[in-house]
Amino acid sequence: MGCERLKAMEQLIMMNPLDFPILSTTIFLPLLGALLILLMKNEKAMKVTGFITGLITFAVSLFLYFNFRTDTYNFQFGEHMQWIPTFNINYTLGIDGITIFLILLTTLLAPICILCSWTSIKERFKEFLFCILVMETAMIGVFCSLDLILFYIFWEAMLIPMYLLIAVWGGPRKDYASIKFFIYTLFGSVFLLVAIIALYLNNGTFSVLSASYKDYSMTFQTWVFLAFAIAFAIKVPMFPFHTWLPAAHTEAPTAGSVFLASVLLKMGTYGFLRFCLPIAPKASIYFAPLMITLSVIGIIYGGFVCLSQTDMKKLIAYSSVAHMGFVTLGIFSFTLFGLEGAMLQMLNHGITTGALFLCVGIIYERTHSREIYDNAGLGKIMPIYIGFFGFFSLSAFAFPGTNNFVGEIYVLIGTFLQHKLAGFLAVVGAVLAAAYMLRLLKQIIWGRVDKRVIADMNVREIIYLLPLALFVLWMGIFPRPFVAVIEKSLSFLMTQMRTYN
Amino acid sequence: MLILPELNIFLFSILFLFISISNKKENILTYAKAISALVFFASLLSVTESGELFSGAYRIDLFSQIFKMLILLGFCLVTFMFENKNEIEDEYLPEYFMFLGFSALGLMMMTSSVELISIVISLEVSSYSLYVILPLRKSQTKIQIEASMKYLFFGAVSTGIMIFGMSYLYGIAHSTFLKDIIPVLPGFLNQPIGVMALIFTLTGFFFKLSLFPMHFWSPDIYEGASNTTTTFIGTIPKLAGAALLIRITMLAFPGSPQFINILIVLAAFSMTLGNLVGLVQKDIKRLLAYSGIAHAGYLMMGVLALSKEGNAAVFYYIAIYMFMNLACFYVVILLSKTGENVTIDDLAGLSKRSPLLALLLAVSAFSLAGIPPTGGFTGKLFLFMSAFKAGHLPIVLIGAVNTVISIFFYLNLVRMSYSKDVPLAEPLKLSFHEKVLCYLFIFLILYMGILPFGLFEIFKASI
Repeated sequence: MGCERLKAMEQLIMMNPLDFPILSTTIFLPLLGALLILLMKNEKAMKVTGFITGLITFAVSLFLYFNFRTDTYNFQFGEHMQWIPTFNINYTLGIDGITIFLILLTTLLAPICILCSWTSIKERFKEFLFCILVMETAMIGVFCSLDLILFYIFWEAMLIPMYLLIAVWGGPRKDYASIKFFIYTLFGSVFLLVAIIALYLNNGTFSVLSASYKDYSMTFQTWVFLAFAIAFAIKVPMFPFHTWLPAAHTEAPTAGSVFLASVLLKMGTYGFLRFCLPIAPKASIYFAPLMITLSVIGIIYGGFVCLSQTDMKKLIAYSSVAHMGFVTLGIFSFTLFGLEGAMLQMLNHGITTGALFLCVGIIYERTHSREIYDNAGLGKIMPIYIGFFGFFSLSAFAFPGTNNFVGEIYVLIGTFLQHKLAGFLAVVGAVLAAAYMLRLLKQIIWGRVDKRVIADMNVREIIYLLPLALFVLWMGIFPRPFVAVIEKSLSFLMTQMRTYN
Repeated sequence: MLILPELNIFLFSILFLFISISNKKENILTYAKAISALVFFASLLSVTESGELFSGAYRIDLFSQIFKMLILLGFCLVTFMFENKNEIEDEYLPEYFMFLGFSALGLMMMTSSVELISIVISLEVSSYSLYVILPLRKSQTKIQIEASMKYLFFGAVSTGIMIFGMSYLYGIAHSTFLKDIIPVLPGFLNQPIGVMALIFTLTGFFFKLSLFPMHFWSPDIYEGASNTTTTFIGTIPKLAGAALLIRITMLAFPGSPQFINILIVLAAFSMTLGNLVGLVQKDIKRLLAYSGIAHAGYLMMGVLALSKEGNAAVFYYIAIYMFMNLACFYVVILLSKTGENVTIDDLAGLSKRSPLLALLLAVSAFSLAGIPPTGGFTGKLFLFMSAFKAGHLPIVLIGAVNTVISIFFYLNLVRMSYSKDVPLAEPLKLSFHEKVLCYLFIFLILYMGILPFGLFEIFKASI
């Protein structure tokens, strides 16, 4: 393994063309807003400041998107600074096709989360906004970091605001849910840390790029892969590690559930793409049958559990297990189709499940119940709401013309190319998804007719659901722009894996 | 200038000696706060001093000076954390500060001692002062008597073992000077006598650090002593203990497998025991005692790496440990109404009663648990890395698993203060100087977490 290759890898980071630390700005803008809010006394002013901070951050990330070059697989907008020279820890940032959309997703959802909590959070709004914005900083940081320690710090730092979101503003069993969430994820993370230190001792640096695409011994790869995979599988969550998820999702406030489902879970699958595959390609292939089995079990198990749920939020939470199963299935099919599908499904799940949680939040604010039977028969009373809810439900079970259809097709094609049986079982899971979503829809729309008077969605609520609905359509009808951006980076990943295998 | 810090703290104690025999005993606390701050800032002048005294038995170098500054800073912070309402009878206050000062003096002398007898003497100076102030507590019950007796006995036993070990060292090298022992000792480390000499000698410092198996005193003393005394005993002597541990294990370079194995076993037991027993504690001070035992175990990971980086990591960790531990104790001191102990249940609703205090508790608890971006994480990272680098993967894994176990009870503190609601929670008003101190702790813990390189470089250079 020559040093030249490593040097070439370092050159993959294209330094910033703008001569301005645009990624750092994106990361730390929300933190700045959060600190501003700490100084404020007036609740209205806090809300507006928080929302505007979110919007500005989104605008900055849009700027990233429009200046993003799709003709290269290199990392872009790079930043590099020494941080802890003794241990060769650096502050290295950069984004590529895998991360750009995850950042956009995060920045898009942050203002939406603030908007959806406008009236539903009754107390301690200051701390709530602070947690949301700090978490946004940490999440963007995770996706931008190209230094393992920096990545780990953002990855862990995000636990604290999420824990507080559940523990302070959560539902009746918030205590249990928040601790379970924290301990589960932390358990995975310490193994991640050990793997990171092992990589450091092997490379003398924490650079993600130097760590990737090196020819490690099979034993080393196996251990590193397992340590990484425990952390990521808990975060995703894959089948046997999923038990923290329903509790955390159900007890979290709406904004927390949205962030949790839409972005936090993606950090796990992102980890597989960014670390497991490139750093331990041989081990990835060796363990792929196991991962695929777990994914398929997750898809089918999640589907069956969803069928028996009576709590809307819990149903959507369990459907996440199934949906994320598709993502990991795509990743470990090791085909370009599968990887692209996984990437698309990460986005789609973020949008669709986020939107569904928002919908549940809207109805919970009105009826204070998440039980399906308490909220039955809304078809006549809340037509606009049902319009949105129905639309997102269609998207959730991959109705053609919606975003999930595109993603699932990619994943399924990729899987069928490699593993016929897994592909077939995944199709069964997709059918299950239709079953439980339609069952939910049927109850909500046509169930027992009620004489209650419930106000339909107001303008604020329409405003924050509309962009998500538009995305669902756009992606469902014309996915080409999305695929174009992620294609280069993923095919590069494929070539590298082949080279080192 | 050479012994300016020692002189300062000595004068501080003498001043309070005179106050204690005079009749003027008003405003003692204000004096103590003002003068201790003065002592700290005046001593800063001598950070860069270096030299030797008493024919080489007492070495002043960057290493000892930084440790002295940390000890003085800790001493100063403890004085500032002292609450008028609680704990010590007013008539004993001058003596209290006098002995506190003498104890700090002994600890500072320890960091400079490079000769066995001066090590013993300075260790005893600090311990005897603590024996005196331990039973001082307003609400006289039995527990502080028991605590002080335990501290005395265990202290005496560990000193005895230490001197026993030192006699072996003397027998090996025919000298009490560390610089004479250094060249000879590694040759003996493959024999039982060398390992025993070193381990027994270290026992005295294990006692100060409350490392397994010398940890028995700590939970009872933490529980029995008054809150401020506990704050001091639980934090500041550990600095000196760590300093001496670094100085003495440097003798053992490059180390022998037997010696390292013993340290590994001690570290593993210490963290596992501390964290497991910590899980069931109700009294916060007791909990912090077990957390201290666990942290002594983490600290040993850096020591047993037997490398410069490892020692620098120990240095860094003990510094951040001082801040996060003091911060935790500060919450206890402020919460306790009349100086009694605080249980975990008393934390309920803290985030409503005083958001700042709850934040301080959360930051320090997360730091003790080692969650980024706090200093506790960065320090632990350095420790893990140096142990890993020295090839001790098992202890790193044990440490990692222990981190997860410890989360339960650290998180429990945060959980009680944030997610438990009490209907009748009266707000807790903090005075200006209390607020400043809270912000200072939060700042220091986050600063050491996010921007560690400057301090780490200084620590590394000093070793």
